[in-house]
Amino acid sequence: MNPPVLMRVPKSIGWGLFIKTVKARAYPRLVGAFREKSWIFFEIFLPLLAVSAYVFIYRALEAPEEYIGFVVVGGAMTAFWMNILWSMSSQLYWEKEQGNLALYIMAPNSMMAILLGMAVGGLAMTLTRAVVILGLGSWIFGVQYEVSSYWQLALVFTLTMVALYGMGMMSASVYLLLSREAWHISNLAQEPVFLVSGFYFPVKNLGFIIPLLASIIPLTLGLDAVRQLAFPSGSASGFLPVPVEVAILLVLSVVFLAAARWLLAYMERLAIREGRLTESRR
Amino acid sequence: MDFAIKTEKLGRIYKIRGGKKSEPKTLVALQDVALEVRRGELFGLLGPNGAGKTTLIKILTTLLAPSTGRAWVAGYDVIQEASKVRPRINMVSGGESSGYGLLTVRENLWMFAQFYGLSSSDANQRIKELLEVVGLSDRKNTKSSDLSTGLRQKMNIIRGFLTDPDVLFLDEPTLGLDVGASREVRRFVRKWIDNDPTRTLLLTTHYMVEADELCDRVAIINQGRVLACDTPAALKRRLQQEASYRIETSPLNGRGMEVFEQIPGVRKVSHQSQDGFAVLEFILEKDDVLGRVVNIMTDEDIHILNLQKHESTLEDVFVDLVGRSMEEVERSQKEDSEA
Repeated sequence: MNPPVLMRVPKSIGWGLFIKTVKARAYPRLVGAFREKSWIFFEIFLPLLAVSAYVFIYRALEAPEEYIGFVVVGGAMTAFWMNILWSMSSQLYWEKEQGNLALYIMAPNSMMAILLGMAVGGLAMTLTRAVVILGLGSWIFGVQYEVSSYWQLALVFTLTMVALYGMGMMSASVYLLLSREAWHISNLAQEPVFLVSGFYFPVKNLGFIIPLLASIIPLTLGLDAVRQLAFPSGSASGFLPVPVEVAILLVLSVVFLAAARWLLAYMERLAIREGRLTESRR
Repeated sequence: MDFAIKTEKLGRIYKIRGGKKSEPKTLVALQDVALEVRRGELFGLLGPNGAGKTTLIKILTTLLAPSTGRAWVAGYDVIQEASKVRPRINMVSGGESSGYGLLTVRENLWMFAQFYGLSSSDANQRIKELLEVVGLSDRKNTKSSDLSTGLRQKMNIIRGFLTDPDVLFLDEPTLGLDVGASREVRRFVRKWIDNDPTRTLLLTTHYMVEADELCDRVAIINQGRVLACDTPAALKRRLQQEASYRIETSPLNGRGMEVFEQIPGVRKVSHQSQDGFAVLEFILEKDDVLGRVVNIMTDEDIHILNLQKHESTLEDVFVDLVGRSMEEVERSQKEDSEA
């Protein structure tokens, strides 16, 4: 067979390249959601079981009916925290082990575009799971919503996701620098965060200091604001007024994204100086 | 001169962390490497494992900073101007496991093409062409996790050519490929270079034949140093000061070698009797002397059954430079590291 003559082709640069990279890196996550079906059990059925346990406890205690809604919303949001901990944060470490990290650094694209692609893909995939948990939970347990402001709800959710995935992008570099030790952080951060961020109850019940410290995790304030906006008595059990929570989420978004960018640049410098970070163990 | 790759006194020292109490050790991976690869050239780096080939490629592909010296690729400094080097290069390593197992071959390749800014239509067209070159068209929709090592390497090779680099680095590219596929890849590599004089390819290999067959010039590298750099023919000519011939003839029936030893220009002759024929080994001052040897054989009624000239190989060149074969170097390195 005669080999083909490959002609020179035009290539995008600047923002065109950035957008192509984001799209391309998001693609494996989106495709993965359909090709690997085990998530239906692990990421929908199991969280729904946890939600059911809390619902039965609240009903046994004759808690206000809105607590059932709080639990279902919190249960849906656990999908995002799990995605940040187990997928987003450890992703660069796995890319290194796989041999992809060196190719990403060597390519002309921005590493921020790679991370953003991971985040967008992860968010889209996790949103599907969260919507399914929310829909099923609301239907099974008969949750009634009364949204006071849809645009505020959309704003809060968007800011929460930007801050949360900004945090994930930042922690991806941290995990890579910590290498295998990072697994312990994920293990440590899973259940305690469910508690201190009030995934299954209003965080206000923990007093002031703990929720304040837990606010470093954007889901704490995001979840609290969503509950305040989606349920009639939500504001009574809210930790801080919604506009304050929005402002804090905005600050967290900027800080986490800036930190992610700085840490990525640091990680790349370190990789090139020491030659270790692009060395896969395979 | 227009150089695609240039290095000056390039060196790299790794610090190897010891235990808690022991001091970190240093490993000199590259030392004073000065290379000039011309635009349009297919340049080979030949050396055993641990010679410094991969370290050199990592520096040239902006993945590793040199400890000393400087390097330029496509006219740009690999450290100061890495962002200008990166759009112009690509690299494929033998045995790499890049990409995502959940994606098909075509999807993985499309993804990597996007990272270099190719449009989807251009990327898909090139993927189709390249899949045919390496004989992977029938597996384009197979998940890459389901590919064998050899098929996976074919996918990696496509990834390197797909992005249309000015300078391509192939680090042991035919590792794990069968003979037929290796031959196809070599043919394609040669044609890729020949079709466009602005393209340059740097290839590292263990396989002497691959370097000999493909490369315009070869640098022999060992223990971080470049020992020789020239065309394969010129490297071999260094050893080929004398002409060596092996001639199979009809039985000599007790004739001695004196008749040949007296020919001016015959340095050495030896013979061995075999079952029904004889084998004569000649070392001649130059090829012209062979005519006189053949004339004497005709006069003496000795029939020539077979005549072979012994050609030096790059392996011979390596042995001449290092004092040991590449295999022996690798074996002793392995023993040292185990000790």
